[in-house]
Amino acid sequence: MNAVLPSADTNVSLGVDELHKSFGTHEVLKGVSLEAREGEVISLLGSSGSGKSTLLRCVNLLETPTSGQISVHGEVIKMTQDRSGVARPADPRQVERIRARLAMVFQSFNLWSHMTVMENVIAGPIHVLKQSRAEAIEQAKEVLERVGMYERRDYYPAHISGGQQQRAAIARALAMKPDVMLFDEPTSALDPELVGEVLKVIRSLTEEGRTMVVVTHEMAFARDVSSKVIFLHQGLIEEQGAPAQMFASPKSGRFKEFLSNTRQ
Amino acid sequence: MDVIFEYRQILIQGTLVTISLAVLSLALSIVLGLIGAFAKLSPTRGIRRMGNVYTLFVRSVPDLVLMMLIFFGGQTLLSQIGGLTGLWDYIEINQFVAGVLTLGFIFGAYMSETFRGAILAIPQGQIEAARAVGMSPGQVFRIVTWPQMVRFALPSFTNNWLVLVKSTALVSVIGLHDLVWNAFSAGRSTHQLFSFMIAVMGVYLVITGLSDLLLRMVDRKYAVGVRRA
Repeated sequence: MNAVLPSADTNVSLGVDELHKSFGTHEVLKGVSLEAREGEVISLLGSSGSGKSTLLRCVNLLETPTSGQISVHGEVIKMTQDRSGVARPADPRQVERIRARLAMVFQSFNLWSHMTVMENVIAGPIHVLKQSRAEAIEQAKEVLERVGMYERRDYYPAHISGGQQQRAAIARALAMKPDVMLFDEPTSALDPELVGEVLKVIRSLTEEGRTMVVVTHEMAFARDVSSKVIFLHQGLIEEQGAPAQMFASPKSGRFKEFLSNTRQ
Repeated sequence: MDVIFEYRQILIQGTLVTISLAVLSLALSIVLGLIGAFAKLSPTRGIRRMGNVYTLFVRSVPDLVLMMLIFFGGQTLLSQIGGLTGLWDYIEINQFVAGVLTLGFIFGAYMSETFRGAILAIPQGQIEAARAVGMSPGQVFRIVTWPQMVRFALPSFTNNWLVLVKSTALVSVIGLHDLVWNAFSAGRSTHQLFSFMIAVMGVYLVITGLSDLLLRMVDRKYAVGVRRA
């Protein structure tokens, strides 16, 4: 799994170029660039406040970057500025189209609480991808079985465990047949004994050759399944590389410190 | 009580006027309430301010004053516009229309508070999840926001509706022949005002009881997925 890149395949699924993001006067991202080639799994590490979640949220425009460029399979998201100079997407339809190709899995699951697991999974395909209901249900069966949630398809989110909710949320993401999957600390809100079942599902997805960007605190997960690890510190990439090498011999002092803190 | 039976036709007519006035005002207040709620939640400061001015205005001016302002003031305004443009000479605002406009306007402000609270009660993450799958703002509203905000809004919505039903009595002041106006004139001419007012009370109680029943059904429909404590 720990193949050293670049491989022969240089097809870039997701490109981020010189991304800056400020909240008021506080600059959270100070120029971050990264590239996810097809099939790559990138783990974003960093202590809280390093900007890793903000980076992920900027990628699908849940946060609007202050400057910088994002592209999906070469299609650049067009940005413009309003009268007061604040950046915003030039074409909301383009953003919606791109978001449909970048499925996001959230820390707090964010299943729609008035819908069953099944309804959560088929809503995107029906309303965004314009599939027929029958088609969407057929495909939902597949992804729900994939995450082991088909038996629970008629449950409402409030009636299942956090681990099950997160697996349902992963199924909801998979149903969109995304080009890139974004995971924002997918196990951080879970009880310790439920982390395993979710990680297992995410691991199995990496084996399918899916392109993924994962913000995580699970060091073992990052080390074992990612093709590239990026360590963010105070809004900048402090160190990046193949996981085997980065974990065995970290170069930067900060990453060393981060590792020793998380290993305790 | 014989006299009530004798005048039943006029009471029934009045009741129908009251109910249709209440229902149409409610419809208008829902529309204005949604607009007001989203205005108050808008990221643009100017729009937010307009929403707040709307509710502040309605809350501070007595309903009766607003009603007369719209009925008489609206009449004058329309006549002046007609005079200036030469499109019409004199126009009379129908009392019913004035009533719907006024009550809709007043309760739209209360509804916007109700709806604003209900929208805020929906976890922000669910809205984000909807945007993240690529839903348009309209779809986010229809598929995620609306079905959940109905549940959160319902208790306060019910309250608004019941107060609205009672407030329809105000339109008798501008001469609309609603239940109260009809009963009042019948009571005066027969010198049995008390009996007629008892009858009116009964009708309002029935309307309230039926509303309660209906809204309970709505509540059940929109309570799916909620863990009962």
